[in-house]
Amino acid sequence: MQSHFELFGLPPAFAVETDKLERSYREIQSKVHPDRFAHAGDAERRASLQWTTRVNEAFQILKNPVTRARHLLELHGVDVAFETNTAMPPDFLMQQMELRETLENARDATALDALRKNLLQEKSLLEKQIADFIDSKKDYAGAAGLVRKLQFLDKLDSEIDAAYEAIE
Amino acid sequence: MALLQISEPGQSPAPHQARLAVGIDLGTTNSLVATVRSGIPAVLPDAHGRPLLPSVVRYVDSQRIEVGYAAQARQADDPKNTIVSVKRFMGRGVKDVAHLESAPYDFVDAPGMLQLRTVAGVKSPVEVSSEILKVLRERAELSLQGNISGAVITVPAYFDDAQRQATKDAGRIAGLNVLRLLNEPTAAAIAYGLENAAEGIYAVYDLGGGTFDISILKLSKGVFEVVATSGDSMLGGDDFDQRVFCWAVEQARLAPLGPRDMRRLLVKAREAKEHLTLHGEAPITAKLSTGDVVDLTLDTETFCSITQTLVHKTLGPVRKALRDAGLGVDGVKGVVMVGGATRMPQIQRAVGEFFRRDPLNNLDPDKVVALGAAMQANVLAGNRPQGEDWLLLDVIPLSLGIETMGGLTEKIVPRNTTIPAGRAQEFTTFKDGQTGMSIHVVQGERELVSDCRSLARFELKGIPPMAAGAARVRVSFQVDADGLLSVSAKEASSGVEASVTVKPSYGLADADVERMLRDSFEHAREDMHARALAEQRVDGQRLIEATRSALAVDEKLLTGEEQKAIHAAIQSLEKLLPGTDHRAIRQAVEALNHATEEFAERRMDAGIKRALAGRKIGSL
Repeated sequence: MQSHFELFGLPPAFAVETDKLERSYREIQSKVHPDRFAHAGDAERRASLQWTTRVNEAFQILKNPVTRARHLLELHGVDVAFETNTAMPPDFLMQQMELRETLENARDATALDALRKNLLQEKSLLEKQIADFIDSKKDYAGAAGLVRKLQFLDKLDSEIDAAYEAIE
Repeated sequence: MALLQISEPGQSPAPHQARLAVGIDLGTTNSLVATVRSGIPAVLPDAHGRPLLPSVVRYVDSQRIEVGYAAQARQADDPKNTIVSVKRFMGRGVKDVAHLESAPYDFVDAPGMLQLRTVAGVKSPVEVSSEILKVLRERAELSLQGNISGAVITVPAYFDDAQRQATKDAGRIAGLNVLRLLNEPTAAAIAYGLENAAEGIYAVYDLGGGTFDISILKLSKGVFEVVATSGDSMLGGDDFDQRVFCWAVEQARLAPLGPRDMRRLLVKAREAKEHLTLHGEAPITAKLSTGDVVDLTLDTETFCSITQTLVHKTLGPVRKALRDAGLGVDGVKGVVMVGGATRMPQIQRAVGEFFRRDPLNNLDPDKVVALGAAMQANVLAGNRPQGEDWLLLDVIPLSLGIETMGGLTEKIVPRNTTIPAGRAQEFTTFKDGQTGMSIHVVQGERELVSDCRSLARFELKGIPPMAAGAARVRVSFQVDADGLLSVSAKEASSGVEASVTVKPSYGLADADVERMLRDSFEHAREDMHARALAEQRVDGQRLIEATRSALAVDEKLLTGEEQKAIHAAIQSLEKLLPGTDHRAIRQAVEALNHATEEFAERRMDAGIKRALAGRKIGSL
């Protein structure tokens, strides 16, 4: 099966040019989207639905850093093992617990805004490290641990969303 | 299914002739039909030059039906048989509808969707809506002097699967070939974006008669991309009328009202609301059948205070949509106002304050959705050359998932996923030797299944007995370009399969739709056989056309053998078309569809390769 990178004509790397990805995505969509086949026969409409679904899914995977990294590691035969490998370095866990405590005590939008800003910085730092491990060092097993960390932070991010909703 | 194309054989448009396609805004309060003529979108008015059709249907007796202004004028005299705001009941059960007690109808609780008892019998909201659509279809056919080849019908972005399916069914019953269900704010964005050559992030705030939507879109040349959408499908201008009505009942110290008086006072409440858009106060006077006289004056200040919570209620979804889009208010370049209810000054003010900019009101909020739908219909009909058309990327408004142990929801397709979308997830058995699995499909954001909307239940049977946790059941969700869901389940080791188009649990099975078609006054006279034949011919003709134009472009993708096979299938279908055996035609259509499957695949592949090649050349 063709990799998601090949589908969009991109080199398989964690550092991805978002502009290029989006342009490819739109160009492919403009060829396969069901809107182009509203008056076509059943076979073409079915093929269009299948292709568009696939292109949308691949685009989602490449757009999100966690799923993009997971896909890359899979291409190199490394399983990120989100579900089974939950062991984390103690200092990271400590930091996570602190962040969650801050979240629980955040009572207003200002506090949440600050927390989110902090989190975004953490995430971008991690993403740089992942790019370094995958693209330069080719240390895929090492990258897996970082990707698991990033997923942790993503989870916290959606908890912040829920907290915003709760205070509104 | 193309059951409803009623153009006669020989009258279907030639390949390069523009197809007649319309956009329909099926609104809670008013409906409209629009089309694009010579490149210009326009709303089609009725014989009296009126663009709007009030979404009111009156069953006069068992035969006669009035739709629009005539029905609206009689609503207070014949409240039980005059259905207003039927859109609020689409795909809804009795327990889902707010203020049911103050609606003057005789409701019948039916599984999934409620029904209404009228002088013409028990009617589903789908049938009532189809009467509105029929009038619009006839208006368009008269005005365009031809058969409509397809229609785009708009729905609130926040409509769930049940409400969407109900709308599509209504279109079919009205004899329309529904090319697409289009989200109302997206339609508005198309009309606004093309009119103003807008680029950047825009918000569409759409407060209609019964529904509220907020969509955040990224507009760029040739692409309309919905980034996030949210809303409330039970909040609209009607609720403001309701508040005024309750205020009037309280102020005039009225005893509980009968259906007629209720309707009379609701009409007055609505008039007062509309009056307040341009005036500082509005009179509410009515003489009720009880002899009570209502004589009140509602001023702007009171109106704002009794409706303040409603205005505030719209801002929750706005915040949520922005958050889902990862944006703050300063990331939004403009706010397009849609829907008659946005004329209320307090709405304009609240939106302006929230976004810290004046809302955009330069398009008629009543017409903009229909105009956008017409533009999209024109593209779907293939009337715009490639390069001059655009790409529309929309999303699903609510997460789709299934019930797992303990009544919890497992989300499979999250909200704001771009459609068409497909996702699959594996589940396993809970008990040793379990041979069946019940799959309950739900839609919504809440953790508990009981807080989400139940869409369908189906059973996967015949799983070979295994230890608990050993079976691997893969549940696949497919959402199409209309936002409609189908679900299938397959057990990996045995290959046992089950699938369902998410439909029978709440609404109409295909058989119901067919029955309604037969019951429909206009079709009752038609011989079913003649009808089926005409439909198959149109279907066959359309497929031949589509295949020929595909061959003209891409015949080189096929081997000589393959070309021969497709040409042979076209010929045998063509030979059968003038005949009278609709089953034989159906079979030939299926054979041609089958013969072109591989061709369709290769065309898609080639299209993608061309797209990528084009990009490389372009970026040199």
